[in-house]
Amino acid sequence: MENPVVYFKGFFSKKSKSNMLIVAGAGNVVTHRQQISPFAVIVRKEIGDHVRTWRFIVLLVLIVLTFVGSMYVSMTHLTNTAAISTAPDKGLLYLKILTTTDGSLPSFHIFMSFLGAILGIGLGFDAVNSEQQNGTLIRLLAQPIYRDNFLLAKFISPLIVIATLFLSLGLLMIGGGLIITGVFIEMAEVLRILTFIMLTVLYVGFWLSLSILLSVKFKQATTSALTAIGIWLFFTIFYNIVVNMVVKAFLPDPAFLSQMDILDYNNLILSFLRFSPSQLYTDATTVMLMPAIRSLGPLTVEQMAGAIPAPLSFRESVLIVWPQVTGLIAATVMCFAISYYWFMRREIRT
Amino acid sequence: MKNPVIELTGLTKLYGSLKAVDNLNLEIAKGEIYGLLGPNGAGKTTTILMMLGLTEPTSGKVSVCGYNATSNPVVVKQKVGYMPDNMGFYDGMNALDNLIYMARLNSIPESMVKEKAIELMELVGLSKAMHKKAGTYSRGMKQRLGLAEVLIKQPDVIILDEPTLGIDPAGVREFLSLIKELSKQHNITVLLSSHHLNQVQQVCDRVGIFVEGRLLASDHIDKLSTHLFSQNANVVKITLGHPLHNIEEYNQQLRTIGGVSAIEVHGNNIEISCTRNATPEFVRFFVEKGQDIMGVQLKEYGLEEIYHRYFENTLTENETYGKSGSLFQRFFFKKIKK
Repeated sequence: MENPVVYFKGFFSKKSKSNMLIVAGAGNVVTHRQQISPFAVIVRKEIGDHVRTWRFIVLLVLIVLTFVGSMYVSMTHLTNTAAISTAPDKGLLYLKILTTTDGSLPSFHIFMSFLGAILGIGLGFDAVNSEQQNGTLIRLLAQPIYRDNFLLAKFISPLIVIATLFLSLGLLMIGGGLIITGVFIEMAEVLRILTFIMLTVLYVGFWLSLSILLSVKFKQATTSALTAIGIWLFFTIFYNIVVNMVVKAFLPDPAFLSQMDILDYNNLILSFLRFSPSQLYTDATTVMLMPAIRSLGPLTVEQMAGAIPAPLSFRESVLIVWPQVTGLIAATVMCFAISYYWFMRREIRT
Repeated sequence: MKNPVIELTGLTKLYGSLKAVDNLNLEIAKGEIYGLLGPNGAGKTTTILMMLGLTEPTSGKVSVCGYNATSNPVVVKQKVGYMPDNMGFYDGMNALDNLIYMARLNSIPESMVKEKAIELMELVGLSKAMHKKAGTYSRGMKQRLGLAEVLIKQPDVIILDEPTLGIDPAGVREFLSLIKELSKQHNITVLLSSHHLNQVQQVCDRVGIFVEGRLLASDHIDKLSTHLFSQNANVVKITLGHPLHNIEEYNQQLRTIGGVSAIEVHGNNIEISCTRNATPEFVRFFVEKGQDIMGVQLKEYGLEEIYHRYFENTLTENETYGKSGSLFQRFFFKKIKK
C-alpha cells in the first residue's frame, strides 16, 4: 500500500511551512525556530496510521456500503413518500432521503446505531495496549511530552478521521440529492443534517472513549476488543430483554392501572432503556431527522389538544434531544476521565 | 562529588510488600560511564524508570541534571535519552520516519528534522537501510536505530537498559565502543545497566553491583576486586604434564611456602591461592620435583568473579536466615492448624 501519510503532510503544519518559506526567502536565517507542538505531531502521526490500516479501510467500505444501500432504497421510494403530502413534514426532502425505507433495509441512522459502535470500538480497542505490547509506548513516553497529550491524541485523531468521513458522506448525500431531484435544500435541513452528523460523531466518540478506556485497562488487545464487543452486545441485545424481564417481575399488570399510572410506568421504563447509549443515539437522531416527532415518550390526548400539525422548528427539536446529547457527552467524558485517571500515574513497562 | 548529573538519595520503591529498590544512594558525575550490574529482577529497570519519572518512587528523591525527575519529568526527558531493553518501533513506518517522528516530538525545528535524521542514520551505520520498514530490522539494527533516536535529541545523559542484550559479540563490541567514543567526544554522561559483566567491564569508568534492590558496592572495577579478594588475591593455576600421584605430600610441602592459603588439585591442574604473588617459587618447586610444567597462569579477577562473589554472599545469607525462618514458620503453623 502506498503511504497515504503523504496527503497529510503539511496538513497540520501549514503555518510552520509558510514560515519556512519566508525564512528561506530571507536568506537562510535558521535562527528562527518553527515548531509544531508535540500534541500536533502525535495527532498527525496517528491520523496517518489510522488512514492506512486495513482495519480502517474495511470499516470505511462497510459504512460506505450501508450508506449507499440505504440511500438507494430511499431514493427509489422517494416518489411515493413525497407524493403523500398529507404528512405534517411536507417538503424537507433531504431528511426523507435519510429516513425513508421500504422495510427491506433499515434506514441509515438506525444502521449507524450499531455500525457506529463497531467503528468506535474498531478504532480504539488497541490504542494504548498495542503500543505497550510493541514497546513503543515506553519509548514515546521517554520523550519530552505530557502523558495526557498522548491519551488525548489517541482520542482526537480517530475522531477527526470519523468526522471527516461522516461530513463527506453527508455532503455527498446532499450534493447527490441536488443533482438527482433538483429540489432546493432548506436551511433547517442543512442544520438538521449537520446536527445528525455531529450526533453520529459524538456517538462513535463514546464507543471510542469506552474502547480506549478498556485498552488502558487490559494489557491484551484481544481482551479489550472482546470486552468492548461484549458491552456493545449487552446494550444492543440483552439490555432490552433484561429491562423487560424486570418490568414484568416488578411492575403491576397494566390492565389494573389507571391511564396516568400506565403513563408514569412507561416513562420509567423508557428512562431505564435510555441507559443504553444506542437508545440515546437512536432517540436523538430520530427526532433530529423527523421534525414531526414532538416527544420521545407517550403523549396523552390532552397534551396533543390544540397542537398544530406542523414540523417542529430546529430549535424545538434540539430542545427535545438535549437530554440525550448531554447523556452521550457525559458518558464519553466519564470514560475518558477514568482512562485518564488510570493512565496518568501508572507505571509503563513492556 | 561536585555537581553530580544524576543524584539518587534514599530511593525506595515498594511493589506491595516487595522491595524492588531499597534505600538507594548514588551519584554519577558528568561525562562518566557508569555500569549498573545485577541479576534479573534486581531492580535496575525500576531505578531507571524512576530516573525518567516514568514511575513514582515510594520514598526518596531523584535528581537528574538538577531537576526533580518525579515532579518535573518533562524537563528531565528533554535532557535524557533513554533506550529501553525491550524497545519497539512502529513497524509500518520506515526507519527514517520512525526517527523523524521522535525528532519532531523533541521539538527539533521542522526544517532541520530530515537532514539531522539522515545524518544520525549515517552515524550509527544504517544509511543503507534507512528506507526499509522498521519491522524488517534485525535486533542489532534496531539497537542502532534506538541509539540514533537517543542521540537525535542531543542529550546530556544517556540511559541504556540492557543495551547489549541479544546482539552478537562483534556487534556488542562495536556498539559499546561507539557509545564510549560519543561519551568522550561530547562529554555525555552514560548510565548502562546490564548483566553481561565482561562487556560492561570494557567501557565503564565505574560500576555498581545491584542485588535485590540494594547497591552492594559502587566503585572502579579494580578497586572492587582488591576490596573483595583481599585474603586470597592471587590465584596461580599451574598445568602439569602428568597427573600428580602423591597429592598429600605435595600439599604439605607447598604449604610451607609463605602465604599459601588454599590448594586445589584437578587432575593435571593445580590451583594455589596465595596472599602474595609467589608464582616464581611455585614454578621452582615443581621444577625441582621433576614435573613438566605445561602452563602457568596468574588468575585475574574480572567482573564475573566479583559479581559471583557478591551474589553468593547474598544467597548464603538468605539460606541461613530467611529460609530457615520460613521453614520454622511452616512447621509451626502446621502444628497450630492441627
